Amino acid sequence: MNQNLYGMMAEFEQPEELLNAARAAHQAGYREMDAYSPFPVEGAAEAIGFERTRVPLVVLIGGITGAGVAYGMQYYSAIWDYPLNIGGRPLHSWPSFIPITFELTVLFAAVAAVFGMLLMNGLPKPYHPVFNVPAFKLASQTRFFLCLQASDPQFGDKTKHFLTSLNPIAVHEVES
Amino acid sequence: MNVPDETPVVAPGYDSGSVTRKITDVVLARPLGRGWLAGFAFAFALLMLLNFAIGWLLIRGVGIWGINIPVAWGFAIVNFVWWIGIGHAGTFISAILLLLHQDWRTSINRFAEAMTLFAVACAGLFPLLHLGRPWVFYWLLPYPDTMGLWPQWRSPLVWDVFAVSTYATVSLMFWYVGLIPDLATMRDRSAPRPLQFIYGVMALGWRGSARHWKRFKMAYLLLAGLATPLVLSVHSVVSLDFAVAIVPGWHSTIFPPYFVAGAIFSGFAMVLTLLIPVRKAYGLQDFITIRHLENCAKIMLATGLMVAHGYITEMFMSWYSDDKFDIYMTLNRMFGPYAPAWWLLMFCNVLVPQALWFKSIRTNPAILFVLALLVNVGMWTERYVIVVTSLHRDFMPSAWGIYHPTRWDWMTLIGSFGLFLSLLFLFLRLLPAISITEMSKLVRDKKESRQQ
Repeated sequence: MNQNLYGMMAEFEQPEELLNAARAAHQAGYREMDAYSPFPVEGAAEAIGFERTRVPLVVLIGGITGAGVAYGMQYYSAIWDYPLNIGGRPLHSWPSFIPITFELTVLFAAVAAVFGMLLMNGLPKPYHPVFNVPAFKLASQTRFFLCLQASDPQFGDKTKHFLTSLNPIAVHEVES
Repeated sequence: MNVPDETPVVAPGYDSGSVTRKITDVVLARPLGRGWLAGFAFAFALLMLLNFAIGWLLIRGVGIWGINIPVAWGFAIVNFVWWIGIGHAGTFISAILLLLHQDWRTSINRFAEAMTLFAVACAGLFPLLHLGRPWVFYWLLPYPDTMGLWPQWRSPLVWDVFAVSTYATVSLMFWYVGLIPDLATMRDRSAPRPLQFIYGVMALGWRGSARHWKRFKMAYLLLAGLATPLVLSVHSVVSLDFAVAIVPGWHSTIFPPYFVAGAIFSGFAMVLTLLIPVRKAYGLQDFITIRHLENCAKIMLATGLMVAHGYITEMFMSWYSDDKFDIYMTLNRMFGPYAPAWWLLMFCNVLVPQALWFKSIRTNPAILFVLALLVNVGMWTERYVIVVTSLHRDFMPSAWGIYHPTRWDWMTLIGSFGLFLSLLFLFLRLLPAISITEMSKLVRDKKESRQQ
């Protein structure tokens, strides 16, 4: 068997076929796999065994940080660092600190959402073995792909046979 | 009474492949047309006019504008509020309508978001230029300066800096994140190597993995959730720039909701002004259907009525307050030296939108286009009336004055259209103007629901 193999990839026409194939592969004991589609397919992540995303947690942390930074900065500067008496108002005039606190909460949370999502996805990643398959160009347009990776202990000579049994349009070898 | 709307969101006969082809072909296959070149040349010429006006401004200072005491806020602030208001429709369409599951938004959200970004870019210019010394704009930000000073946190003008810069950043990120999968499609569909490279770099190596999609969808949804209160906050903060001052005509608690409604009103007017010619020029009538135009028109009607309610409340309150300065301000707007502007704004913003009660008008692109243009003019005039008539006669008649914009004011305003349109022409030429992934999914979901 080819030593430089990243995995085997099956190509499908319909999202439902991809879902069924992913479930069948999971049932057959494969764990190291990924499904590729031009648009999000409901249930595909769960079918390959990816249940939970930590994006919401990251966004929550970002938002709390933003709120803390904004209010802390205003409190520190107005009460400690440079107290100014403006028309006899209390130094800690908290209602006027709210708009900036709100804006920075949103800003930090949004930055956390975008960069957290990209980093957890391992992007930017200019090179990836799946791009070695010429037909993979269609993964961003009309076709759906299931890739079983060679790093899986189940992976072997029977993998190609298994993928063919799922009735794909084609089965491709993915060179690493 | 739940009659399903017969006009479809997408014309029948499309599958996800043909949708993808049709949208990418606008950029990849369509030859560089004379129409685009002429349009871009026109926009670029206006942009050069803006450059010229700004260049002279930097040399001579804000004295070349018509502003003076008592009217120290002239065109710059009017244009700022107008442009930032236009910028509200994009986020409204892409965030609020996403959370409300309005699937018709799919084919116009990318375009509206781009419009938002470019409008915010134009808006951001004006307060910077109005500073007088734009090169020290960073004094507005909290940074460790040698005198140990901080911004004045109790001032709405400082809130505005944070609100507008947050809004610009979040809109940019929201737009770009939505673009990433589409950039991957562009990379995979473009034939020349340099194009593949450029789109490939911008797509960050997106490969459509199921894990990635799950995180992507979650991040996108959360961004929409964050952008929703943000969009309402931005124009509220802008309105506080006025409402916190004690000037008659500004000092009013109705300003935040009334400004937000006006922002969405003018934003949808601009969406229609741009969409109607673009869908025709690019043959996108199958994706941007009459249904979209009609829905935009309905939102315009609703927000237009809110704005009218704002005007009436303002007038009622100045009578009810029994405050002679407030009553004089209202009468001065109607019958004073700037009366034509007030009557024009009433005509454009209150009278004209009433035509949208009729379905025959809502579904007629040509008439809608004219209506939308009038609303754009009306909303600009509204800000002009708010800024200028309130300032020019406040409490002491000895301090009254008259404001006249100069040719430099006009050049800067007209030039800002050049910036806006140049960016828009480049966007249409270089990026997919309709979300490919969302349209493919929409077409497939529609087909499935038909088969069931």
